[in-house]
Amino acid sequence: MSITVEEVFETVKMTVHQHFDIRTVTLGINLKDCMDRNLSQFCKRIHKRIVTKGKLLNKYADEIQLKYGIPITNRRIAVTPVSILLEPLPRTVAAAVKVAKTLDNAAEEAGIDFLGGYGALVQKGMTSSDKNLMDSIPEALAQTNRICGFLNLASTLAGMNMTAISDFGHTLKKLSANTKNGIGCAKIAVFANVPEDNPFMAGANHGVGEPDFTLNIGISGPGVVRNVIASNPDCDLTALSEVIKRTVFKITRAGELIGREMAEQMKIDFGIVDISLASTTASGDSVAEIIEAMGVSQMGRPGSTAALAMLMDAVKKGGAMASGNVGGLSGTFIPVSEDNGMIKAVKDGALNLQKLEALTAVCSVGLDMFAVAGNTPAEVLSAIIADELAIGVVNNKTTSVRVIPVPRKKPGQMVHFGGLLGSAPIMEVPKIAAPNFIARKGRIPAPIKALRN
Amino acid sequence: MSKKKKSQICIVTVVGEDKVGIIAKLSNAMAKADVNIVDVNQKIMEDYFVMTMACDMAHASIGIEQIQKRLNKIAREMDLKITFQHEDIFKMMHRM
Repeated sequence: MSITVEEVFETVKMTVHQHFDIRTVTLGINLKDCMDRNLSQFCKRIHKRIVTKGKLLNKYADEIQLKYGIPITNRRIAVTPVSILLEPLPRTVAAAVKVAKTLDNAAEEAGIDFLGGYGALVQKGMTSSDKNLMDSIPEALAQTNRICGFLNLASTLAGMNMTAISDFGHTLKKLSANTKNGIGCAKIAVFANVPEDNPFMAGANHGVGEPDFTLNIGISGPGVVRNVIASNPDCDLTALSEVIKRTVFKITRAGELIGREMAEQMKIDFGIVDISLASTTASGDSVAEIIEAMGVSQMGRPGSTAALAMLMDAVKKGGAMASGNVGGLSGTFIPVSEDNGMIKAVKDGALNLQKLEALTAVCSVGLDMFAVAGNTPAEVLSAIIADELAIGVVNNKTTSVRVIPVPRKKPGQMVHFGGLLGSAPIMEVPKIAAPNFIARKGRIPAPIKALRN
Repeated sequence: MSKKKKSQICIVTVVGEDKVGIIAKLSNAMAKADVNIVDVNQKIMEDYFVMTMACDMAHASIGIEQIQKRLNKIAREMDLKITFQHEDIFKMMHRM
């Protein structure tokens, strides 16, 4: 059963020419056993654990990347939702910020670029600790570099916490004002039905149902998928779906191999492979360009939703065949700022917020990395979030929002975040949305489909 | 790694323009590292010259990182793309 030259060449081409990589290996770490009423003791324990395990993560990732010749682009850590860890501590913003800074320093010392989990599960209601964490977000994310936050504001089983959604609009405005170009807002995502094992930032957290440690892998190959579609310009959609499936099978298998081996070497549980197509601003590494290679004139125009639905279904079928552990988000990320095709589509007027929202109804996981004018009212931000999360709640899927109000910018202008976060055109949103609806607060009850027993 | 007797197959892949001395240089580098070459194949694909060389690392005197460094040097000298990967990645991706 020797490997043929063709097969070797196919794999080499994926990594050398088509940006195939293991986008992230994310180590989930339980910190519940570090909890203490003494803040210093608690910080000491979490610092030690993260530095020790983070260094190991980097060491093994380097070794395995070398062995298989597949780049492991990001090494990240997800921790127990921090609001739980804050429960025994004083209800002060200062205490929460100190925890955030401790996590930030530990990540830096371990050589980890992002650490996720600074968040809370408040889909039904907030404990005083959850409220304290939410209040601390504008300072905690402004005073740290590597910490990512998340909030689960809604779920199919609990409904939507409109009080928290209403408050979060104001939180975003404060966070935006505290950071250059509002970049702090790029480090927090809010969810409906948040997964406990998502390896991708900003929403990664180590859920309460997880073991002490777990290793989750995010694979990504938009470039590989686009290339295989482009080299099959004449086949019909049934055949195209098959072609996509086969390709995704191969890249998922690579993720499974690397994840399993890393977990084994680190002597921890292997968690999941997240098969989301995650774009980057590298040329050709774009989900929008996949849709265009399928035959849609430009991302956002009619046809995009059907094409994306078909694409993601094929990706899931190929991925599920390749690995018994597909999990996390496993949808399509279509971050506006991190995908050259998306940026162009917005600039050209082909893609707007309404269409972006429609795309999330079929398979994408949310409104991601889109920038709006800094003077957008808090209630408008809350209303955008409520609409998006309602799609997740009713359709029994994960949806999320990462919106960045950029101070002093107007629709049509560009904002440059730099690095992995890319650049985004400021999108047009109304100046008034649903002020009286948002101001009512309370909880939208769980949908009837929650009653399944 | 050098102590293990079990075979450890890695695949060297060369992509670029065919020229005199590619195999000679690679086999010389492998011999110096006590790496046994078990199979060689080559083909023209999509206008590329592609050569694969399966090597057994079981008795290698140096590690993967060192071998990759030496291969990178050859790649620069001869203007080729050379990769060096454990065979399991290909088996996993292309075999059920």
